[in-house]
Amino acid sequence: MTGETTAQDVAVRASQLTKRFGSFTAVSRLDLTIRYGEIFGLLGPNGAGKSTTIKMLITLLAPTSGTAVIAGFDVADSSMDVRRRIGYVPQMLSADGGLTGRENLTLSARLYGMPRHERSENIRHALKFMGLEAHADKLVKAYSGGMIRRLEIAQALLHHPAVLVLDEPTIGLDPVARHAVWERLKVLRRDLGLTVLITTHDMEEADELCDELVILHHGKKIVAGKPADLKAAIGPDATLDDVFTSSCGVIIQESGDFRNVNQTRRTARRLG
Amino acid sequence: MISDEAAGQKRLLYPEKKGGLRTVSPSGLAAFFGQVFAIVEVEIRKVLRDPIELFSRVAQPILWLAVFGQVFSRIKGIPTGNLSYMAFMAPGILAQSVLFSAIFYGISVIWERDLGIVQKLLVSPSYREALVSGKAVAAGIRGLAQMVLIYILIWAMRINLNHGVVSILGVMTAVFLGSAVFSTFSLVVACIVKTRERFMGIGQLLTMPMFFASNAIYPVALMPAWLRVIARFNPLTYLVDALRQLMVQGGQSVYGPGMDFGVLAAVFLVLLLLASRLYSGIVR
Repeated sequence: MTGETTAQDVAVRASQLTKRFGSFTAVSRLDLTIRYGEIFGLLGPNGAGKSTTIKMLITLLAPTSGTAVIAGFDVADSSMDVRRRIGYVPQMLSADGGLTGRENLTLSARLYGMPRHERSENIRHALKFMGLEAHADKLVKAYSGGMIRRLEIAQALLHHPAVLVLDEPTIGLDPVARHAVWERLKVLRRDLGLTVLITTHDMEEADELCDELVILHHGKKIVAGKPADLKAAIGPDATLDDVFTSSCGVIIQESGDFRNVNQTRRTARRLG
Repeated sequence: MISDEAAGQKRLLYPEKKGGLRTVSPSGLAAFFGQVFAIVEVEIRKVLRDPIELFSRVAQPILWLAVFGQVFSRIKGIPTGNLSYMAFMAPGILAQSVLFSAIFYGISVIWERDLGIVQKLLVSPSYREALVSGKAVAAGIRGLAQMVLIYILIWAMRINLNHGVVSILGVMTAVFLGSAVFSTFSLVVACIVKTRERFMGIGQLLTMPMFFASNAIYPVALMPAWLRVIARFNPLTYLVDALRQLMVQGGQSVYGPGMDFGVLAAVFLVLLLLASRLYSGIVR
């Protein structure tokens, strides 16, 4: 990260953010700086602490120690102010299947206190932007996965969030739907300068979208930087996959339980 | 078309200033009720689209009234004062159906948690109390729909009901409040146990004892002392007691409607506060 970043440019800042569950430390002394207008990726293997970090940032989980400030508001002290300024798309396809697309959007608009006279117009534009106008009055249970995801992004954008948070945005989607979601996110960044925080363990997605990324492992930040720089540091033809395996792989070798797995595998190979 | 697209995109975001909000969520009572009704409307829409569940809930009351009630009327072993046994148990069966359908309300919240719906609600700047109250009000309205079906059933069985406006409004209030109490109780349980499997177990474990440890199908006076103590702490007892006076001709309340409604309202408030505190815990 550059030294010139001023407080005004920062959309999300986490300092020494820590979450412990009993004796287990899910996230350990995490520092993050996300600037306005960038797509920031939080990467890591399963159980690395990505979800726990996101939950702390979106005020669903109180940090054990450390702080996180979003659009100028502390997640612990001013959670309502933070909630007004974030849009969140969970990992599961979470639009309500028993409602139509428009009804899902109306529910969001009402919960965010959008005045009645603005609702239908804003909802219409959101549906149009996400290419869902023709399906607005169909029940969401008849939508495809990609359509549901686009509807959810529309829902999360309706109240003009400062930061859009997406947890594994394209997991389980087919390639066409994946690319459609990527394209919309890029448009949001390019034309409107939206700040986006995504978690993913899809390296292609990270490479395609992220301006900056952080790789977490066992709750700690082990790699941070721009995808191009990280790849260049490994080698001329390196991919983000190489960055990921080299950074996480080192640690896997260091930790006892994983080495045991490797030994077992070696033994199995030898015997078999 | 291109300019329209661009205008749409501009509207979507917040070009005025970084982090600027399009909507300043109002706070206070207006916002609170706005959020409650947003939840209520969604819940009611879903029930109206799929009302089969509502109708299926009438099967049990039919069994209780048409089979159990008919048989026990012949024994005449239960002292029910000046009421026939059928007239005595009819309010009990209405209360039971309120309890049995509201108590499984919590499972829908666990289901919504698994789908990510609860997470989205909790990340919105709404009052937790409003989200929980919305669920309770929706359960209350479902209770009223059930009341209509059971009234038809009772009428068909020629049990003498009070037809006065005051009685009907009183029954509606009691059914609404009872549904709110048991659905919120169910929500509290769901927030504690957190999984569907455990919830199903606990739900079964709670409903029958609550039913039998109440005055629904026999008077409290008939119970052994230890059961009488439990019945006094059972909100279902107060619901049945209120319904018995309001619903059937010649029905008498033991504790008085003031006490009945007071207990139900107080229990609801306590559960509402508890559920609002626990609700966000369901996503942890």
